[in-house]
Amino acid sequence: MSGVQVSGPAGAPKIRIRGLRKAFGDKMVLDGIDLDVMQGTSMVVIGGSGSGKSVLLKCILGLIAADSGTIEIDGQNLAALDRRGREAKRAEIGMLFQNGALFDSLKVWENVAFGLIAKHDVARTRARATAGKILAQVGLDASVGDLAPAELSGGMQKRVALARAIAANPQILFFDEPTTGLDPIMGAVIDGLITDCVKRLGSTAIAITHDMASARRIGDRAAMLHKGRIVWQGEAEHLMDSGNAMVNQFTHGFRDGPIHMELRR
Amino acid sequence: MNDSAISPAAEAESLSLLSPVAALGRAVLLTLGTVGAIAIFALKGISHIVRPPFYWRLFLRAFVEFAYFSLPVVALTAVFSGMVIALQSYTGFARFGATSAIANIVLISVVRELAPVLAGLMVAGRVGAAMAAELGTMRVTDQIDALRTLSTNPMKYLVAPRLLAGVLSLPLLVAVADVLGVAGGWLVATAKLGFSSGGYLTNTLDFLQTDDVVVSLVKAAVFGFIVALMGCYHGYRSRGGAEGVGSATTSAVVSASILILAFDYVLTEIFFSR
Repeated sequence: MSGVQVSGPAGAPKIRIRGLRKAFGDKMVLDGIDLDVMQGTSMVVIGGSGSGKSVLLKCILGLIAADSGTIEIDGQNLAALDRRGREAKRAEIGMLFQNGALFDSLKVWENVAFGLIAKHDVARTRARATAGKILAQVGLDASVGDLAPAELSGGMQKRVALARAIAANPQILFFDEPTTGLDPIMGAVIDGLITDCVKRLGSTAIAITHDMASARRIGDRAAMLHKGRIVWQGEAEHLMDSGNAMVNQFTHGFRDGPIHMELRR
Repeated sequence: MNDSAISPAAEAESLSLLSPVAALGRAVLLTLGTVGAIAIFALKGISHIVRPPFYWRLFLRAFVEFAYFSLPVVALTAVFSGMVIALQSYTGFARFGATSAIANIVLISVVRELAPVLAGLMVAGRVGAAMAAELGTMRVTDQIDALRTLSTNPMKYLVAPRLLAGVLSLPLLVAVADVLGVAGGWLVATAKLGFSSGGYLTNTLDFLQTDDVVVSLVKAAVFGFIVALMGCYHGYRSRGGAEGVGSATTSAVVSASILILAFDYVLTEIFFSR
C-alpha cells in the first residue's frame, strides 16, 4: 500500500483536524486523522463498518472526547476554548443521524422546530410556522407537522430529520449514512435535498456513507478511512478511478484486495 | 535457576486460591464505582433542577404520569392493605382483649409504613420502568445525542424534570393512600368486625399525630426521588439495543425497590424517637 495521497484546494479550511486519536480499550478507532474541509464544500468520508467514520463525526460534535489531536473550526481549536465557546462553535453544526433520531414523544413540527426553540428562543407559534416552511423545503406538506414520527415512512422520517438539521441555518452540516435503509429512488431524492440544502445555506458539509452513488452525488471531495487512518483523499468524482487499491476494492465491492474483512474478533 | 522461582503449577494453584478474593475485590470495586456514578448523576440532576432554563411542560408531563396515572393502582393497594391490617390485627389483638387498639394499629401501619412503601414500590414498577425504557430507547436510537447537537443538555431536559416530578408527586399520592388505607381499615372494622363507625373514626382521629403525617410524606418524597433517579440513571446509561433497554428497565425496578426498602429502614430509624 502506498502512503496517504492528498490533493486539494489551498486556503484556510472551515474544519481542520490534525492527529486525531481515539481508542476504546485496546481498539484504536481513530489513529491520527488529518483532514481539512474547505468552506462551502462537501466532504464524503467512506470506509467499512467499524472503520471509525461515526466516531470521527462524534468527536467533532463533542459527543465523544478524543484522546489527542486538534479539531479546529474557523481556525479556532475547540479544545482551547472554554465550555461556552465550544458549545457556541458546536451550535453551528446541524446533524442528520443515521436512523433519523427523531424524538418519539414530540410531533413532527416540534422535532423540526426543536433547535429554533432551544437555540434561538423562538416563540412556539412562530417556530411552528417556520417548521411548516422548512418541511416544504424538504418536500413535505405542512400537515405532516401534526403527525408523530412513528406514523411516517422511513423516507419521510429522513426528510424530517434533514429538516430538523437545517432548521437553524447551520454553517456546518453532518450527515451520517443519509441513504441507509432507503430504496435507490428515495436515496437519490434525499441526496438531492441534501445538495440543495447545502448549496442554499452555503454550508460546509461532511457526510459518511457506504453508498457510492450517494457519495458521488453529495460530495465535492472524498476521503477513505480504514482502520482509523485516512488512506486516500481526492475529488469525489474520482472515487471510482482513484488509482488507490483500497478505494478501488471498496468502491467496486471486490472481495479480494488489500482490505481483509475481519470475520472473527 | 533461581531457588525462589515459583513453578507454573504452584503459581496456578495460588491464583486459583486467590480467585475468590479477586472476585470479591472486583465486586466491591464495581459496587463502589456504581454508587459513585449514581451519586454524581443525582447531584448533576439536582443541580439542573435549580438552574434555568426550566422545562415546565416536561415537568408537568412527568408529574401527571407519576401522580395521576398511578393513582388507581396506588389507591387499590392502599385500600386492600388497610383492610388486611384491620383483619390481621383483630385476629391477634382479640387474644389479649385489646381490639380497641385496632384503629391505632391501622393508622400507624398505613400512614407511617404501608402507604409510602407500597406506593413507592407500585410507582417503581409502573413509572420507574417506563422512564428507564423511554430514556433507554432514546439512548440507543441516538435521540440523546441529537438533543446535545440541538444545544440542549439532556440532564436538564430529560432528568431534572423527572426527578422534580418524583419528589413532588409521590407525597400527593401517599396522602391519598393514607386516607384510603385508613378507610379500608374502617370498612372492615365496621362492616365485618362490629365496630361502630363513629367510635372507630374518633379513635383514629384521637391517635393521629402530625409526626405520623410528616414521616409519611418525607418518606414519600425520598421514595419518589429514588424511583425517578433509578429510572433515569439506568435508562440514560443504557447500551446495546433492545436487550440493553430491557436490562435497564429491570435494573431500574429492582434497584429502586431495594433502595426504597433500605431507605425505609433508615428513615424509620431517624424518626424512631418521634
